[in-house]
Amino acid sequence: MLNFCIRRLLHAIPILFGVSILVFGLVQLIPGNPIDLLLPPEASPELIAQMTKAYGFDQPLHVQYLSWLWRTLQGDLGYSIFNGAPVGEQLFSALGYTFVLAIPAALLGFGLGITLGVVAAFHQGRAIDKIFSALAITGVSLPHYWIAIVLVMIFSVTLNWLPAQGMGFIGFPTSLEHLRSLVLPVITLSLIPMGVVARVVRAATLEVLSQEFVATLHAKGLINREVVFHVLKNAAPASLAVMGLQFGYLLGGSILVETVFNWPGSGNLLNLAIFRRDIPVMQATIVVLAFFFVLLNLLVDIAQAAIDPRIRR
Amino acid sequence: MKLPYLTTMAAAALAGLLSAQPAFSESVLRIAMTSADVPTTTGMPNNGFEGMRFLGFPIFEPLVAWDLSSADTPAVLRPGLATSWEADPADPTRWTFNLREGVKFHDGSDFNADAVIWNLERFFDKDSSQFDQSGGAITQARNPLVKSWEKVGDYTIVIVTKYPASYFPYVIAYTLLASPAQFEAAGGDWNAFSKMPSGTGPFQITNVEPRISATLSKFDGYWDPERMAKVDTIKLFPMPEATTRLAALRSGQVDWIEVPPPDAIPGLKSAGFDVVTNTYPHIWPYLFDMMEGSPFADVRVRQAANYAVDREGLVVLLNGTAAPAKGLYPADHPYFGNPENDYKYDPEKAKALLAEAGYGPDNPVDAKIMISTSGSGQMLPIPMNEYVQQSMAKVGINLSFEVVEWGTLLVAFRNAPGSAPTMDANALNVSLVTSDYSYLYRYYHSKNASPVSYNWGHWKNAEFDGILDAVEANFDPAAVDAVMPRAHELIVDEAPWLFIVHDLNPRAMSSKVKGFVSAQSWFQDLTNVSLED
Repeated sequence: MLNFCIRRLLHAIPILFGVSILVFGLVQLIPGNPIDLLLPPEASPELIAQMTKAYGFDQPLHVQYLSWLWRTLQGDLGYSIFNGAPVGEQLFSALGYTFVLAIPAALLGFGLGITLGVVAAFHQGRAIDKIFSALAITGVSLPHYWIAIVLVMIFSVTLNWLPAQGMGFIGFPTSLEHLRSLVLPVITLSLIPMGVVARVVRAATLEVLSQEFVATLHAKGLINREVVFHVLKNAAPASLAVMGLQFGYLLGGSILVETVFNWPGSGNLLNLAIFRRDIPVMQATIVVLAFFFVLLNLLVDIAQAAIDPRIRR
Repeated sequence: MKLPYLTTMAAAALAGLLSAQPAFSESVLRIAMTSADVPTTTGMPNNGFEGMRFLGFPIFEPLVAWDLSSADTPAVLRPGLATSWEADPADPTRWTFNLREGVKFHDGSDFNADAVIWNLERFFDKDSSQFDQSGGAITQARNPLVKSWEKVGDYTIVIVTKYPASYFPYVIAYTLLASPAQFEAAGGDWNAFSKMPSGTGPFQITNVEPRISATLSKFDGYWDPERMAKVDTIKLFPMPEATTRLAALRSGQVDWIEVPPPDAIPGLKSAGFDVVTNTYPHIWPYLFDMMEGSPFADVRVRQAANYAVDREGLVVLLNGTAAPAKGLYPADHPYFGNPENDYKYDPEKAKALLAEAGYGPDNPVDAKIMISTSGSGQMLPIPMNEYVQQSMAKVGINLSFEVVEWGTLLVAFRNAPGSAPTMDANALNVSLVTSDYSYLYRYYHSKNASPVSYNWGHWKNAEFDGILDAVEANFDPAAVDAVMPRAHELIVDEAPWLFIVHDLNPRAMSSKVKGFVSAQSWFQDLTNVSLED
């Protein structure tokens, strides 16, 4: 098991390298450079050239990339070009704010999704299957930023029960009042994971239910609850993979939900960095998010291997 | 892990009790800005003029300031931290500034000539220990005229410009002054200073949460008793999404929002909110490419375009948050002059001009315009441009759009027509500032053709250049006022731009907000504002 983990972690290294080179390359394709966005439009070409040199953007691309890489490997994520603040500080606080939304959204989305999927599968073809499947599809299909706006209109503007936007706290929510700010964004964020997980769990459960060993279990005299347990255990690996991916998506910070609710998470940070061509922030954010994805996939693989001995071999 | 949890909850409860309201409740004005981030609080805010409006002028003052007290006339300059200034008649590159005495920074240190020199070094001298790379770049971009400076006395300094420029006071108005003592106390680092800023203005920044909010508190030691703040605290929130701002205002989370969505204005008014508009020095134009080969090289085509837009209809589309533009300045501006062309909607005249230029139903004008999806001062680019496109199609001008994001449009703006970043556009839709005559140089003088400066389309008019060259070296304001109308007439008649609308700076506020004067400026005086209970 330990070998397995170490091997998988080592795989992460070339992946992260690849991601960082890809991001760096893509950024060069976007028109303009950070200086163009930093300076007001009336800046003269001389001033632009001077600033470009001061920030090192006149260097050849491979030199720029390697100096960034060298600093990053030493733990120095650099400074934002736009506001001069250290990247690490901004990035980790943004990630924290996204976690505050992502974890409850994942719990809600996965919990609901698994429930809907399992119940629908066990009652396949009946009314409850149709209703639950429709709910799942709705979760995936309706644009969630639209749902967000509608929820805000109802619960904030009209009923005044919940805040319309904003985090309402700094750092970490510590009171019931703070939790009110979480309700609408978490519900909105949980919709897509709920829909996707419900569909996958339903499909995986149905597939397992159709196998011969299930009939054998019934024949052996196991009660329903125990059969369900065996079925779920077999359906779990496929579902876990999807849940891992969905959690990764939540961690990336849904830019749309963060925009509507004015939540200063990592999606918001990355979006800003892209529009401002703030290369240090962009690169650091994407590489860190890629690292999280890799870590998540590793955890999912470990979980799958733990549940299904066939994978360990 | 029960014990640490209980301790935390107990601490939180205690903190809650301790922060209970004192006997007098503080007035807190909450404002939602359109910027996506809290503008930098180092005394040289980024995020354009909105940054200057909220995190600039209320906290850090310039030598020469804007008078924002009147809603009825365009904002003019007034003494700020300098009580008077004058160019030396013998050598007009030398400007003497007499500084205001008895002014203290928020940290208690004195404002004097040494402080001003220190700030000039911060922005213009890259060898100084306080040199601010990004703040310096922004200041140098807005104020490229400063060559050198001298201290003449404790309250007198001289700034030398690179060449004689009568409009220098308008340019130095964007150079804000921060406290040298506080910078030293912050360890000589601008990032640290941004967490404990200090200027001389009626408000001081008392808290910054990056990307979340900035808090301004009334400064009781402000030097101008006529302009003391009437609210105790202002909280500023970046809120780039218009519907989010609207929801925040309507649900009572904030008291004042910048730029409500125009469609929401009737609803806001009927719900009892105040929607404030006023002219301000803004223009929403197309900048024509006038170089050879462009359909807009012919003045008749440019004039035809100006007659082809139904501006009144566009204003209705925007629910009254814009006014038709017939020139760079609004019609009631002292510099408007008496142009031959009065650009009202006149499709017949447009068609006649196009026919003279050799176009017609079998030979329409085809032009590509680069537009953005959003941006500072850009209003609602997509629906507005579609409206203009429909208007123009009726007279035989077919517009197609290259839709890009704001940063990409700015890059195109910095490059000459025909270069790669302009993506073959024949015109750019970029909103611009018209607050003082220094802008006329950058927009229209032939020596400022792109990529040097803002004369993107390479307009060249010898009479216009002549007027502006004379004005630059003429330090008599009355003489300048006398000739500027002629310059504007040339701009209107030769139509280097399609003049579409002026934005009317809409803001929406709860009825509790009192005393706001909507100055005809990109900036506003927050000291007038009070909150009733």
